[in-house]
Amino acid sequence: MGLIHQHPILEFRHAKEITFSFDGRELKGFEGEPIAAALHANGVRIYRITPERKEPRGFFCAIGKCSSCFMIVDGVPNVRTCVTPLKAGMEVRTQHGRGVVPLVEG
Amino acid sequence: MKTTEVLVIGGGPAGLSAALEAASRGSQVTLVDSDLQLGGQLIKQTHKFFGSEDERAGTRGYKIGELLFKELEGLKDCIDVHVNTTVLGYYKEDGVVSLSRGEEDYFRIKPERIVMSTGAMERLIPFPKNDLPGVYGAGAVQTLMNVYGVTPGKRVLMIGAGNIGLIVSYQLMQAGVDVAAVVEFMPKIGGYWVHAAKIRRLGVPILLRHTIVEALGEDVVSGAVIQAVGDKGLEGDPVRIDCDIICLAVGLTPTAELLWQAGCDMQFVPELCGYVPRRDAHMRTSQSHIWVAGDAAGIEEASSAMVEGRLAGLGAARSLGHVKDSDYDAGLASYWQRLSHLRAGEVGEKIRSGLEKCSCDAWEV
Amino acid sequence: MTDKERLFNSGILVESRPGAEEPPLSLWETKKNGLVVIECPQRIPCNPCASSCPTGAIIPFDDINDTPRIDYEKCIGCAKCVAICPGLACFVIDLTAGGEGKAVIKLPHEMLPRPEKGEEVSCLNRQGEAVAAGTVVAVTEPLKDRTVVVHVEVPRALMRDIRAVKVVKK
Repeated sequence: MGLIHQHPILEFRHAKEITFSFDGRELKGFEGEPIAAALHANGVRIYRITPERKEPRGFFCAIGKCSSCFMIVDGVPNVRTCVTPLKAGMEVRTQHGRGVVPLVEG
Repeated sequence: MKTTEVLVIGGGPAGLSAALEAASRGSQVTLVDSDLQLGGQLIKQTHKFFGSEDERAGTRGYKIGELLFKELEGLKDCIDVHVNTTVLGYYKEDGVVSLSRGEEDYFRIKPERIVMSTGAMERLIPFPKNDLPGVYGAGAVQTLMNVYGVTPGKRVLMIGAGNIGLIVSYQLMQAGVDVAAVVEFMPKIGGYWVHAAKIRRLGVPILLRHTIVEALGEDVVSGAVIQAVGDKGLEGDPVRIDCDIICLAVGLTPTAELLWQAGCDMQFVPELCGYVPRRDAHMRTSQSHIWVAGDAAGIEEASSAMVEGRLAGLGAARSLGHVKDSDYDAGLASYWQRLSHLRAGEVGEKIRSGLEKCSCDAWEV
Repeated sequence: MTDKERLFNSGILVESRPGAEEPPLSLWETKKNGLVVIECPQRIPCNPCASSCPTGAIIPFDDINDTPRIDYEKCIGCAKCVAICPGLACFVIDLTAGGEGKAVIKLPHEMLPRPEKGEEVSCLNRQGEAVAAGTVVAVTEPLKDRTVVVHVEVPRALMRDIRAVKVVKK
């Protein structure tokens, strides 16, 4: 995987490099780019495990429509990682099952 | 609650064009898009566009996007842009649109006019393990490599030889990715012949009358099985292809949920690839304050989506009293002339017959 | 479906058709700078080859879906069409250039690595098979838009087959 370093037509201007965590591992990515793209560039291809049959799911539509890339981001499940911008220090986890929405206190 | 004269939903080629046209004709416009940036699929296109000078033929798709963004910059006082903003629903009772910025920030807009330019969704075909990570939509592959500069994989099997399958195969090679083959069920490529010739001469086989039988791999794709198709179904021996990506380019279908919600008259038109709203010659739907443009009106090329967007933006602006009749008639005639040229060829035949089924000159009052 | 049809239906030109015809050989032999060869046999809405042609050799279209027709007398082999064609379907073949038994093909190229002048490249036919080695005579970027036009010297006997080049890593 990784990044495209040379392209005959395009030049890629990435934003600031930041670190985030994936299942406790520290990874690097570019601020503001979709979480799913950053994971893919790091070679991560499994984003969640389905509730019933425990099968892996990954990237698929990249436009926030198919639910395949739902993950737990900063404790919130079912985040569409293909359209959610990456921020420094974000805690991204593989989602197993449906995920539980944390209750807001107070 | 926020109000606006024209709300444009979807900032791809059609929506951008609609917003620019409506704003340049004196309307106050709000443009929303669910993605992190505007441009839809246009900004992912590295190939030069077809068409004529009016469509900036010979210019690469993403460069056309840059030209539209420049135009947008010039009209920024009249166009309020919201990206990362998904329309959640349209409430027919009071005409309110509800939206979410990101995953949490909820708000509402009450527009006077709406242009629905919501684009399309990719189709899927059934085969065992088609949900394995590594089976990606063609649009997703383009997003990864052409927008974010991420290598999608090492070796790709492309399913579908329509324009998208052919173009994305070429783009994959530009990104340094091998294309094992393009598999096409039909006895003939569906896209432009020249797009096929481009990848053929670089050594990519296009296997007509073939289909994917299953994806291989435990946790992620490690290969695929393909097989020839005859009149009676599968024939010959299944063939294993090593690949880490199976890219699906098997067609699109219009994104029509909001049009349904709004109560627009909808019709199933196979040539336009799904349910589409009936529309008049101004791209206005049966709901008199709602226009449609681009793939949401029927799957076609980006070039015609941009012209449809202009038509819809023009119509919305006129209905608000911003456009003189004579200017309107001139605009309408020139945009329709461009559309009819774009649709006159062999590949446009399907579009023409589809449009016949869902178009009327004017809605009866 | 015949083999010919199968090939054509998958993007391989097998015989001349409207929009994909050869120049008359007598003129071709003597025309310095070469003559255009276009392989665009399908009616699609696209006319930059004609609208960018400086001499009108690619006859202006009545309808943008027309397939190209060429007035070879007017063609100056400038390769502007090679650079602009969105379908990468235009080529110029110069039979007056190159050594004995050679021809020079000017063809569009949008892949990495970019061929360099003087380099030996692998010449590919319409199915991507390496059929000969060629020498790059020049590389230009007429529109400054990253489509380069590679001028490559090839065996003349293969001028009807070679339609792409590939840089071979040593």
